[in-house]
Amino acid sequence: MTTAWSMVHVLAGIFSRPEHGGSTLGWVIGRVLLVLLVAHVVLIVGALMVWSERRVSAWMQDRIGPNRVGPEGLLQPLADLGKFMFKEDVIPRHVDRWIYVLAPAISLLPAMVTFAVIPFMGEVQQAGDWTWHQSWQIADLDIGVLYILSMAGISVYGITLGGWASNSKYSLLGGVRASAQMISYELSLGLAIVPVLLMTGSLGLGDIVRWQGEHGWFLFFQPLAFFIFLVSAYAETNRLPFDMPESETELVAGYHTEYSSMKFALFFLAEYTHMTVGSALVVTLFCGGWTLFGLEALGPWMGLLSFALKTFFFLFLFIWVRWTIPRFRYDQLMALGWSWFIPLALLNILLTAAALATGIPALLYVMPVGLLAAALVVVGIVYRREKTAVRPLAADPTSALWSGNRPAGGGATGEVGS
Amino acid sequence: MATQVLYILFGGMALGAALLAVTRKNPVASAIWLVVMFFGLAATYVVMEAFFVGAIQILVYAGAIMVLFLFVIMLLDLRQQMLEGKPTTRLRFFGVLAALLFLVVGVVALGDAKDRGLLHRAVTPLPREADIVAANPDATSLVDLPLDGTAGAIADEMFTRWVLPFEVASVILLGAILGAVILTKRRLT
Repeated sequence: MTTAWSMVHVLAGIFSRPEHGGSTLGWVIGRVLLVLLVAHVVLIVGALMVWSERRVSAWMQDRIGPNRVGPEGLLQPLADLGKFMFKEDVIPRHVDRWIYVLAPAISLLPAMVTFAVIPFMGEVQQAGDWTWHQSWQIADLDIGVLYILSMAGISVYGITLGGWASNSKYSLLGGVRASAQMISYELSLGLAIVPVLLMTGSLGLGDIVRWQGEHGWFLFFQPLAFFIFLVSAYAETNRLPFDMPESETELVAGYHTEYSSMKFALFFLAEYTHMTVGSALVVTLFCGGWTLFGLEALGPWMGLLSFALKTFFFLFLFIWVRWTIPRFRYDQLMALGWSWFIPLALLNILLTAAALATGIPALLYVMPVGLLAAALVVVGIVYRREKTAVRPLAADPTSALWSGNRPAGGGATGEVGS
Repeated sequence: MATQVLYILFGGMALGAALLAVTRKNPVASAIWLVVMFFGLAATYVVMEAFFVGAIQILVYAGAIMVLFLFVIMLLDLRQQMLEGKPTTRLRFFGVLAALLFLVVGVVALGDAKDRGLLHRAVTPLPREADIVAANPDATSLVDLPLDGTAGAIADEMFTRWVLPFEVASVILLGAILGAVILTKRRLT
């Protein structure tokens, strides 16, 4: 282990930035190698997620799931890949050919490039009186959070364009729903991060992890922001309970109805890559990144292990939620985003700013508890009203929760832009 | 040298995409080329080390405004036949007028920036971390250091010297938001 790490340090010396004593060529080669490594790991984790989704769902439904190809069915993704490669690649005659072919690639790209700014490991460094957390990532941008939000902003193009170019009503409806949903939840996603930025005073993800290593995880300081970010991430990845763009009971398969072979596989892979990136972001912003209550001082491998384990936990949570919570209706989804999450996130920002401006650190510890309690009280009131209210005939029992202005018994689903 | 090559490359990409955006007949193709243009523009900002402006360019224009444009084009299902037709003399006149006005603003702004020596500062590299550490010997942790980067520099200017124009701009935006709400509400009760 020690030899391996000293080798890593020698390599790091060769590949270090020109202003830190390395050669420019060595630095460029090192960065390219790192990019290739991270991209491959992300894709392999995506393939692994396809396997674990099927195994975990089978486990939750008391089935066995794929267990024939390789040990425990682990090589199933490879078999699926072979199948996708050799399937007939159908391009319907009525599609807009260029955009139809480009859309799957456009949908995978933003998810993959987001990983450039996520610190996946690091080490605790000491020099004299100084101790600091040095993160390792592809690019330590000082505007890392803005970069992530811009990539989240353009990730809607792949799905929207794919749905439009297919020139089919199901695909178009899926694409339109996707753009409305992703624009709405981008807002709460961005607003949920603002308290974190206020407290760290930096937009760099390396600084955010460093702050958490020194003061504690944001999960404990900002539980409300954590919850809003997590749920918004689910909406951004179009996963159940928010998989409106492809809900098979209404839209056949939504935006990828007309896709087959590897083009469909790319859309599929994009969804799992988005899940991986979303989990890694939750871990980085709210769960301390690669730090683990001081254990990261044991060595860089501990940081990597901690980051990987936390990310895998949130990936498991994605699957867990998918197989336990039913799909929201479209109006419920919109109401949740616009009339609950955005006002709550704004309130959270105001309170955090007030606590920081008054300079009472105790407020920062009391506030999250108070906010959580208030949220619970609101949920309790809504739940009681729901229990005593007369339910509209044949309507979804939870509809009164989210749709205040719908006519009673109006159980129509799937209308666009409601 | 490398910076100049990259600048010309991305600037050319932005110009080419902009030309394609205004000459395509298909509105969706136009919208996509406009997005490509935004990426080229953002890349030229990044080449000049204005990372913050580059990220905001993608976040606001490519990530929000163009998505809404595309949304509208898709919902109305605009095809190229609906956009064909000869531009009228009046449209041409106002088009040329708008282009000339933009040219005047551009020349005046660039001249002003040159007079104040801002053109050079735009390509001066940011202070390195090592220099900042050397300049702050009293700090005990990296958190205490002013490692703000471009976002901090812009915030310093915006919220001290230019705070009044900033607030005026936000009030104008608020007016636009209220107008949008009133236009989309069928009746106000």
